[in-house]
Amino acid sequence: MLNGGPGRRLVRRRPASPPPDAALGGGEVLRVVDVTKWYGGVQALDRVSMSVDSGEVVALVGDNGAGKSTLVNVIAGIITPDEGELYVRGERLAIRSTDDAALHGIRTVHQEHTLADNLDVVENLFLGREMYRGVGPLRRVDFAAMQKRTWAALSDLGISTISDVRASVAMMSGGQRQTIAVARATLETYPIVLLDEPTAGLGVAECQRVMELVLRLKGQGTAIVIVSQNIEEIFEVADRIVVLHLGKVGAVFRRAETTPEAVLGAVMGMA
Amino acid sequence: MSEHNAAAVNPLDEFPPREHGGPADRLVGLARRWLSAVLSRGTAMPAIASLVIIAVFFQSQSQYFLSPANLSNLAVQATLVAIIALGEIVVLLLGEIDLSLGSMAGVTAAILGVLITNGHVPWFLAIFIMLACGAAMGAFQGWWISWLGIPSFVVTLAGMLGFLGLQLWILGPQGTLSIFDPNIAALTGTELPPLVGWILAALVVAAVLVRGARGASGASGALGEHRVRAVKSLGLPVLIAVVIVGAIAVFNASRGVPTAFLILIGLLVVGWWITMHTSPGRHLFAVGGNAEAARRAGIPVRRIRLVAFALSGTLAATGGLIAASYNGSAGTLTGGGTLLLEAIGAAVIGGTSLFGGRGSVWSALVGSLIMAGVANGLDLTNSDQPIKYMVQGIIVLLAVSLDTVLRQRQSRGRHMGGAHA
Repeated sequence: MLNGGPGRRLVRRRPASPPPDAALGGGEVLRVVDVTKWYGGVQALDRVSMSVDSGEVVALVGDNGAGKSTLVNVIAGIITPDEGELYVRGERLAIRSTDDAALHGIRTVHQEHTLADNLDVVENLFLGREMYRGVGPLRRVDFAAMQKRTWAALSDLGISTISDVRASVAMMSGGQRQTIAVARATLETYPIVLLDEPTAGLGVAECQRVMELVLRLKGQGTAIVIVSQNIEEIFEVADRIVVLHLGKVGAVFRRAETTPEAVLGAVMGMA
Repeated sequence: MSEHNAAAVNPLDEFPPREHGGPADRLVGLARRWLSAVLSRGTAMPAIASLVIIAVFFQSQSQYFLSPANLSNLAVQATLVAIIALGEIVVLLLGEIDLSLGSMAGVTAAILGVLITNGHVPWFLAIFIMLACGAAMGAFQGWWISWLGIPSFVVTLAGMLGFLGLQLWILGPQGTLSIFDPNIAALTGTELPPLVGWILAALVVAAVLVRGARGASGASGALGEHRVRAVKSLGLPVLIAVVIVGAIAVFNASRGVPTAFLILIGLLVVGWWITMHTSPGRHLFAVGGNAEAARRAGIPVRRIRLVAFALSGTLAATGGLIAASYNGSAGTLTGGGTLLLEAIGAAVIGGTSLFGGRGSVWSALVGSLIMAGVANGLDLTNSDQPIKYMVQGIIVLLAVSLDTVLRQRQSRGRHMGGAHA
């Protein structure tokens, strides 16, 4: 995939916010059916199926190379699967780009490549979804309004670790950067949020903060998929735990009915 | 984390507390705060300092250097390089490079010559066609770069050679096409009447100051940020106003604002607006900062790249137009020689990063004034061409080193300032 940009959609429709009714109301929001992905001769995903309900946190766990990130990237529109189907609220979709994903209310917090270092907090938070004022040739990015929204969002999320929202994110710690990345997913109400190792490399307090954000999203009725290596963390937030092993679904657990040992066993392929 | 955080909370920690001193100390404190605010934001500061040094040095060598007539002359000399540098900056912000701008300027100048001299096409139509050709050539290269993922260095290197061939082919065996068109000659041969210059200056200064005042009153932020914001948002507009009034006074003391220079300023203002205030412009910075993050945020990275190269081709054609107007002809040397390298040098001297994501359209102006100032000053002091090239080389190296060292020290200072706060 050279340069791998989003699909060649010339007319871009990006709703200011996803349809409000899409966020709430229980039931299944996302379903993945028999997704298969090959990288050359390596099969990264082998007929993987899973689903997520509204207000549910599903954790994807597995060893390195188990296919967790690939699965997230398929749902996020970054990787096109070779086979398989994707349903959002029962509707079968072809998600070929991050734009498609956003249109259907899917927001992703990636493990890396989340922020542009040369931009400040406000611009990173609103990257690709800027607010505007003025019309015609005078239509311009409304930094003042975006700054206001940023302060509001940060205080709303209880984030007090960022004191200058116009400072470039290059100077910030990993924890600050990750909170910005997660805050981005909460700026608008997205029915589906994917978090790919949101706490990788963070300190204890910072992990706690990110987990609080996840639970807050869950409380809003968001369907959440979280990839993590940290079993303790998963037992803190997840409702269901999907274990991937060598590109296949190895096991599915309900958190309430299992133990970390059982999950670890499945991760290592002993289930 | 707390160390970065503390640094951000107390940006004024490095300054002496206000209470401890008389009015003179306060003034010094204010000046330092202002300087630090400008430094932290603008990357062009070292370049502006070099501009002052150049002015002082050459004035001490030749009484004529700072005369209005020579400064007007210098502005026109800088215009061509500045326009090409502006085209370069558009792609440099993406983290790409365009080596074909000089050749594209040459080809489009040749096209203009053929249209005007051989085809008797009306001047405005001829200009439109030449600009469209520049855009098309830029877009063509942009397509290879963005859709096929070929490095811009390679594509535009091929473009540099290919378009030079095209230029020579269009010009044919005689090698030069004279362009006798009063309207095209007027682009570089005329000046604004002094009164019009002053009215224009008054309007711009008023707009800049009103904007600044609004920014100062509307500044909001966290602890301690207020004072910096207020000083920052008023300090810069005042500086800009002083520079504008000074420039107009100098031009009017000679023959008025040169039309070509006015075109350049117009292009820079439009470029500034696009890069700083519109989403495509901000996305240019985002792609230059982290293309993958931009793509994942839903920014059409390929389209942004393509458009940037088309824009840079259009600016190259504009440079070709200015060159053709200035020389009264389109020749085999139009757009050739060291023009491209001077333009890249000017962009970098002005503070635009070669690695993308950092810079400003204004660096085209500042950088090319430095390049032209040095060339002009060395001419006045009867230096030879070999000396000129060597001095220009040294200046490019020094300016960029100064910029890099300053920036490193600045970011280090911030981290340390926070550590013991």
